[in-house]
Amino acid sequence: MRRIPPLVRLAVLGSAASVLLTGCLGSSDSGSGDQDANRNADATKVELVIGSNAVKGGKNSAGAEFTESVLIPKFVEAQKAKGVDVTVKFQGDGSDDEVYKQKLALGLSNKTGPDLINVDGIWVGEFAQAGYLKPLTDTVGDAAKVDGWDGWKQIPDSVQQLGMFDGKRYGVPGGTDGRVLYFNKKLFAQAGLPADWQPKSWDDITAAGQALKKLPGVTPIQINAGTAMGEATSMQGVLPLLVGTGATINTDGKWLGNTSQIRQVLDFYKSIYGSGLGDPVLQREAKGRDKSFALFAANKIGILLEGDYFWRSVVEPKAGVAKMADRDTAVGYALIPANKAGGGVKGQDFVSMSGGGAVAINPNTKFPQQAWELLQFMNSAEMVKAGLNGAAKITQRTDVNTEVLAGDPMLNFVASKVLPLTQYRPGLAEYPRISAALQQATADVIGGKPTDAAAKGYQTAVEAAAGGKDKVTSN
Amino acid sequence: MTPAYVVRRIGFYTVICAITLFFAVPMLWIASAPFDASPGLGVRWPDWTLENFRKTLSHPYALHSMVNSLLICVTTAVAVTAFAALASYALSRVRIPGRDALLYGLLLLSSVVTGTAAMVPIFVMMFQLGLIDSRFGVALVMTGGLLPAAIFILKDFVDAVPKSYEESARVFGASTLQILRDVVLPVARPGLATIMVWAFVNAWGNFLVPFLLIRSIEKQPGAVLLQTFTDEGGSANLAVIPVFSLLFSIPVVVLYLLVNSRYGFRFHGGIKS
Amino acid sequence: MATASPPVPGRPARVRRPAQDVAGLGIGRAVGFLAPALLLIGAFLVFPAIWTIYIGITNYRLTGVEAVSPSIVGLANYTRALNDALFHNALWLTLLFVLGSAIIGQNILGFALAWTMRRARPAVRRTVEALVLLAWILPSTVVAYLWIAFFDRDTGTLNSILGTQGTAWLIDYPMVCLVLFNTWRGTAFSMMLYSSALQAVPPSQLESARMVGASGWQTLRDIVFPHIRGHVLTNTLLISLWTANDFSPFLLTKGGPNHESETVPVYIYNVALQGGELGYSSAISFLLLIANLLVALLYLRLLRRRS
Repeated sequence: MRRIPPLVRLAVLGSAASVLLTGCLGSSDSGSGDQDANRNADATKVELVIGSNAVKGGKNSAGAEFTESVLIPKFVEAQKAKGVDVTVKFQGDGSDDEVYKQKLALGLSNKTGPDLINVDGIWVGEFAQAGYLKPLTDTVGDAAKVDGWDGWKQIPDSVQQLGMFDGKRYGVPGGTDGRVLYFNKKLFAQAGLPADWQPKSWDDITAAGQALKKLPGVTPIQINAGTAMGEATSMQGVLPLLVGTGATINTDGKWLGNTSQIRQVLDFYKSIYGSGLGDPVLQREAKGRDKSFALFAANKIGILLEGDYFWRSVVEPKAGVAKMADRDTAVGYALIPANKAGGGVKGQDFVSMSGGGAVAINPNTKFPQQAWELLQFMNSAEMVKAGLNGAAKITQRTDVNTEVLAGDPMLNFVASKVLPLTQYRPGLAEYPRISAALQQATADVIGGKPTDAAAKGYQTAVEAAAGGKDKVTSN
Repeated sequence: MTPAYVVRRIGFYTVICAITLFFAVPMLWIASAPFDASPGLGVRWPDWTLENFRKTLSHPYALHSMVNSLLICVTTAVAVTAFAALASYALSRVRIPGRDALLYGLLLLSSVVTGTAAMVPIFVMMFQLGLIDSRFGVALVMTGGLLPAAIFILKDFVDAVPKSYEESARVFGASTLQILRDVVLPVARPGLATIMVWAFVNAWGNFLVPFLLIRSIEKQPGAVLLQTFTDEGGSANLAVIPVFSLLFSIPVVVLYLLVNSRYGFRFHGGIKS
Repeated sequence: MATASPPVPGRPARVRRPAQDVAGLGIGRAVGFLAPALLLIGAFLVFPAIWTIYIGITNYRLTGVEAVSPSIVGLANYTRALNDALFHNALWLTLLFVLGSAIIGQNILGFALAWTMRRARPAVRRTVEALVLLAWILPSTVVAYLWIAFFDRDTGTLNSILGTQGTAWLIDYPMVCLVLFNTWRGTAFSMMLYSSALQAVPPSQLESARMVGASGWQTLRDIVFPHIRGHVLTNTLLISLWTANDFSPFLLTKGGPNHESETVPVYIYNVALQGGELGYSSAISFLLLIANLLVALLYLRLLRRRS
């Protein structure tokens, strides 16, 4: 090389510049430290943005609609009466939860993003650990102001967990839900099973399945399994079964590994899918969950483990995705039993799992005091009730629930019978990988692998996710 | 008309038929589902209705997203074509050592950037530049990603333009700009048109970049919006998706037809020497 | 790639006198022409790419503790990848995918179309070309839906045609579906490239071959291929790279039942999004880049050998 060709020179300069810039811009910490919580407290011109994974015409459309046409105008009006000129924008998004979460995290890590953020309850932990969210008392500054809100009294302790991490409140929970066993009363009648069926153990479920097996063209039981359905397998499959064996996925900071309880759950899966009581192929399809809904509505599935979302939005007679005109008479619901009487967590006979989200305040918001006011407004009894828009749905507030659910026996059932015995998922950073490991274990088992092998594979995956053998229990 | 000839002709047409069907059949769904009152995933003779169209057009963001797509993609296509044309011309005509290595290197790097792993650097960089929530920013990023391949393809095209044209033009005293404008460009036009369509098509279908960089749903292009057509709980809304897919595909098809009829659509120089 | 004029012997590569090149550009203006493109590429491609490579040596996560204080773990991510069974699986599947749909599928189908369309009636030719191009032009999300509908287990068109109701193609034969899909999708590019390349084959030679009574296959082998060998290699290189980095398999199978169709780009996406492990996924991206590089070098060697 006699002399460096101009292009190569350019390239070298370019990369040098890149490296320099990388150093400058790298994992940025502009040293903002803790900002004054009372900043802009007296501002007369305020701008706030509410962010949510909802979009008009798509996911959670009703919620987006409500926020834009009712909540925001009412809040602006109320503030105007106090002499404050507030502009509130709604930043919708209609994507997959996972992608939405990453987008949110990207914004928060760059100290930007909406002022009020809708997050799933299970993200609170990892966002808090990353410093993306701060406890409400820190952001708002005044502990008395936050803890003194009368809304807290209306939100049950278990539901408050949705917005809490490490014992501190990071956000106000949104509505929640519960899981039950749905069954098709018409098919039950044909199979000689009672219309007021309430199984008391896993054996009862299998027995009902055996009776249903005699009906032609009917898949007796649908309990989600496999990796194709993602988190739906964990929430409407593995976890309700797991808490029915008396164990939770994370106890005292340790994740559950290859234990007898996990093996019990996997054995149950094997007994269903291995003996023709379930359809293993359906579990592997990309749209398997949607298909299972359609099949249930077409009277082709006997028993289905799902959340109240199924009742409200899937088989709902008028606007459901897989509507059943005779839902109120044909669809029955029962509590999910523990593996046997008294075998569930806390010695319960029946168990369930719940999920939900929370609304948190962005620690980098320019208007923390006003954001807290908006948060309180959003969760007032009046607004929560208005947000339902006449529909019956389980909200976070007990006073609204008692009023609104009186007319819907199923949701009343969930609010009064299921919520007291439900469990929530741990909001820790490792949870998604643990959940994936659970899904994989069920996939292995319904694919033919022996339980022991699947459980061993599960143990390895959990150890990798948790970061060490010492963070995992096994026996 | 020997028997062998007839057999060959029949064989020929059978193959053509098979290939045509292979390409056509999967597309039938988009021809039937939009007009079907109860659309499913299968192709069937539809229960004719225009209800789906009405639902789609009354969707708050559907049409607007197509406008966004147009804005972003036209910018990208024009930028890619213009800069790639200049760059490929320079690289083709002037012996710059290391150019081949440079081209291949850039081509390979463009694969890293289009993946999910680069999303953090891109986001942070755009954030620092203040280009978040900007359709122009999206166009910039996509242009950067498409340029290496565009230069690669165009250079091939320009290489095939005989230098004799330019030499004679030089002899007659034409300046560089005149040569570029009057001699090279007309001959290379099919290639430029092709690259413009190619860039447009790639940008039209790109989901990840606008999704990451744009926050307000009113600025999102159609490719992103298509992913949001679900019901309340997240199940696919088959009333709207086929219609929107159909509408969303029309601009690219129209563009292709226009370009093809005027210039012919080719990826390699068709100059007969 | 064809360069039209041989290098002028005896002249240094870099000249100081005003432009010796044919268009009168000169190095200065040439660099000027290159500048806008290089600037954009440098800012929006090179820079993020290098940064991604840097992230690959950390344990950066987007959430959790490692988001705040990522530490440099050096080559730990790479050793992890080399021992990762899922990564090996992804590599193998990507190889199958590229081999089946690009190197074999698109190439052969594209060439076959280009060769047979030469002498077809204009109407036939236009229809076929239009259909093939339509497959390529439709946005990827739309195309994904088309094929999910086509392969559907209960009501899909393929099952209706073959009479195999109930076969879950995307679940039982995911890679076959993906290969079919990608061949369908990408043939247009090869077809157009070969179509133009075939125009450059001197018709006189083809005439003489026909008169001598050479069979189709012999004509192809002895006359056509030598002329288009360079194009074959260029085309194969491009479509291989594009296929190897293609994300569309995700839209169809999300990585397939149990990772059975998880090509490397899909694997990267799953690692980054499901696990939130950006450090690891960046390392895998870099490994993919290396793989692409090796393939490109191989092609370059083959290309250089012919001239």
